[in-house]
Amino acid sequence: MTPNNATTAPASAVPSSPPGGSASPPAQARFDLWRGGATGGRFVPYTTPVSEGMVVLDAVLQIQAEQANDLAARWNCKAGKCGSCSAEVNGKPRLMCMTRLSDLDLTKPVTVEPMRSFPPIKDLVSDVSWNFHVKKGIRPFTPRPPDAPDGTWRMAQADVDRVQEFRKCIECFLCQDVCHVLREHHDHDVFIGPRFLVYTAALEMHPLDVADRTADLRKAHGIGYCNITKCCTSVCPEHITITDNAIIPLKEQVVDAFYDPIGRLVKIFSRRSAPR
Amino acid sequence: MAEYERSQHDVLIVGAGGAGLRAAIAAADAKVSVGLVCKSLLGKAHTVMAEGGIAAALANVDDRDNWRVHFADTMRGGQYLNNWRMAELHAKEAPDRVKELEAWGALFDRTADGRILQRNFGGHKYPRLAHVGDRTGLEMIRTLQDHAIHLGIDVFMECTVIALLKDGDRVAGALSYERDRGRFRLHTAKAVVLATGGIGKAFKITSNSWEYTGDGLALAYDAGAELIDMEFVQFHPTGMIWPPSVRGILVTEGVRGEGGILLNREGRRFMFDDIPENYRNQTADNEEEGWRYTQGDKSARRPPELLTRDHVARCIVREVREGRGSPHGGVFLDIAWIKRRLPNAAEHIKKKLPSMYHQFKELADIDITEQPMEVGPTTHYMMGGIRVDGDTQMSTVLGLFAAGEVAAGLHGANRLGGNSLSDLLVFGKRAGDYAAKFASTAAAPRLDPTAVDTAARQALEPFAASASGNGAISPFQIQHELQASMQDLVGIVRNEADMTRALGTLSQLNAQAAHVAVSGNREFNPGWHTALDIRHQLIVAEAVTRSAIERKESRGAQFREDFPEKGADYGRFNIVVRKGASGAMELSRRPIPPLPPELAQVIEEMK
Repeated sequence: MTPNNATTAPASAVPSSPPGGSASPPAQARFDLWRGGATGGRFVPYTTPVSEGMVVLDAVLQIQAEQANDLAARWNCKAGKCGSCSAEVNGKPRLMCMTRLSDLDLTKPVTVEPMRSFPPIKDLVSDVSWNFHVKKGIRPFTPRPPDAPDGTWRMAQADVDRVQEFRKCIECFLCQDVCHVLREHHDHDVFIGPRFLVYTAALEMHPLDVADRTADLRKAHGIGYCNITKCCTSVCPEHITITDNAIIPLKEQVVDAFYDPIGRLVKIFSRRSAPR
Repeated sequence: MAEYERSQHDVLIVGAGGAGLRAAIAAADAKVSVGLVCKSLLGKAHTVMAEGGIAAALANVDDRDNWRVHFADTMRGGQYLNNWRMAELHAKEAPDRVKELEAWGALFDRTADGRILQRNFGGHKYPRLAHVGDRTGLEMIRTLQDHAIHLGIDVFMECTVIALLKDGDRVAGALSYERDRGRFRLHTAKAVVLATGGIGKAFKITSNSWEYTGDGLALAYDAGAELIDMEFVQFHPTGMIWPPSVRGILVTEGVRGEGGILLNREGRRFMFDDIPENYRNQTADNEEEGWRYTQGDKSARRPPELLTRDHVARCIVREVREGRGSPHGGVFLDIAWIKRRLPNAAEHIKKKLPSMYHQFKELADIDITEQPMEVGPTTHYMMGGIRVDGDTQMSTVLGLFAAGEVAAGLHGANRLGGNSLSDLLVFGKRAGDYAAKFASTAAAPRLDPTAVDTAARQALEPFAASASGNGAISPFQIQHELQASMQDLVGIVRNEADMTRALGTLSQLNAQAAHVAVSGNREFNPGWHTALDIRHQLIVAEAVTRSAIERKESRGAQFREDFPEKGADYGRFNIVVRKGASGAMELSRRPIPPLPPELAQVIEEMK
């Protein structure tokens, strides 16, 4: 581009047809939505018009507005940023706002039901309050003393980048929903689940944090229950590599601390000699 | 009085976005008991969607920056209708509030020497926004949330306040309902802080979620507080427009801060065509200079894409109206072009704008590193709101405080991008501090049992209407009609005839709302919730419309095609809305107090 040239062509044309070059979608589709409360429920069929670009949440809200005003559903941002509209779509844990109808087979009914690892409240909404209790039990961020007299710190971008992956988490709890330790074995009392292992990893790898959560991880937080089946990683809408980047390093940290006495001694001494 | 779930706190905070959380932390730090009520789950409030950054004159990137420049920028952006005391405090205190976040664990992007990095944004003279890629809001709300949960604050999630309660002239608490079971909860409090955010859902196309129904504004109005500047609704220039289901979702100004340009269908960079006089000295003459500015050249001036949001939105509307829009009725926003200037541009874009990349890829099948985005204006932010004291954030009702978007004053006629997150922090803290101070010297309030029972009964009326079979009107239908009417008649381009029609529609909808009916029971019932929301929305929509009619000029976010110029007299007052003795809405004009000489001098120096 040359300076002073106020006519710049767009980098390329905007596609005018729907993705994948597929034929135009059917004008309406059937959604089997879970209706019920704490004691049970059933799938109720609804048919609603569909149009280009629609996501599952659009269909649910359209049904709510036009056919079932009391249909309970959680949502906020509708842009994949808040993690409110978690549900199971055709049996898979998904954000309703990021699940496009063009990616589903609309010749069959689309089923939508609440996350099943948590107690049901009503319809598509489950009680996720357990997660908020768990978080409170994790040792909070504890920074080293400031680096500069004005109370600020100096950090390298590379050190910040290392934990940003974990801090992207939108707390949709889909990883908790799919984790078999919670879903099948209901070990909510002894295992904090992948979301909070990611949270712990973000704190442990935070460039400024000096707290030690290793003993908690081993005991109260039950990291040993995770047998790295990676289901959590596969459902994360933020594409956080939960198992490989967060859980496995934490497991190694626990092993180093508790099952490697020589390494542990070395660590203790090196920590003493090198103030952080 | 009927039986209610009850709770008692020194300070009750309504809303748990950035302002509510920051207020809760401040109040808890002052060792008073704190209750925090939020309409959604903790951490889901709209702050989570903020993208660009937090404006604070840290001067980490450009050492010419300081509070005086930030103050002058904010006043210029607000067309001098701002509460100058708030603009002063905001500019002075924002840097400390940002550093505090870092002490609580926030991780901002860094400069080469390891300090907090700052980026360019519209209307800010120097790079000023502390940021984390384009997900700054998430970093901020999570930091505040994770800090607050260890302070002994009682949090009531998915709980909606339906009425404020008073003891004589002072606030005494609130009545709320808990969504899961539909039960009422009676909160007694010596001080109440409203931090409920904005009103975006009064319009059809908006970046706001279902929550933004103006609750705090309507609650305060009903409690006798004054609202000001209600005509100033910010339409963000760049929302997604295609496909239809994503219409309105925000595209951060950060795209333009990183070098993104706006083009019409002819490929013309139309923002160079109309540069307002008061920004001419600060705006680049040509594309080359604009590009150098985005790349940190301190001798360059900013490209016209980074003019204030009101102006950019109007330029986009002009292009579309005059037939030069994009295929789906917007314009093109192109960041992909920077590959002609930067090596590894695609990686750079993904790094600086990750959630934009993700959003367009997943929702619109657009790869923004290769293709331009189609964008158009979307209702984004409410500059107006509850009139507060600049120092304490107390409203005109004793013991009732407000902070963040629900409060007015800082932004005047138009808010600069990035000034919202800093607003939440600076005035959230101040509201929490002063509410705690107020509560610690106030006597325990008495609740009026009749007022409580009346509020509860009114909240249940939609069920009675449903049972009686008289009203078959769905609350969603009323909401949709309200949104369509405000969008079409009180939008970016306004005139008296349209707005008078809008008042007629609102009056009809008000009558219908009395007969709104909901199905089902009280447990987690969105129909019932919407029936309660529309009461607030109708008040807010009327306040916006009446104020916009009253301001017979174009200034900031208000553009009147019947009065396209600025009127000198209109720069001297704010329009005040309050509930009259008869229950009807009353408007008045409140003169803006003169600037103290030292602030006037700052503005003069920065011209």
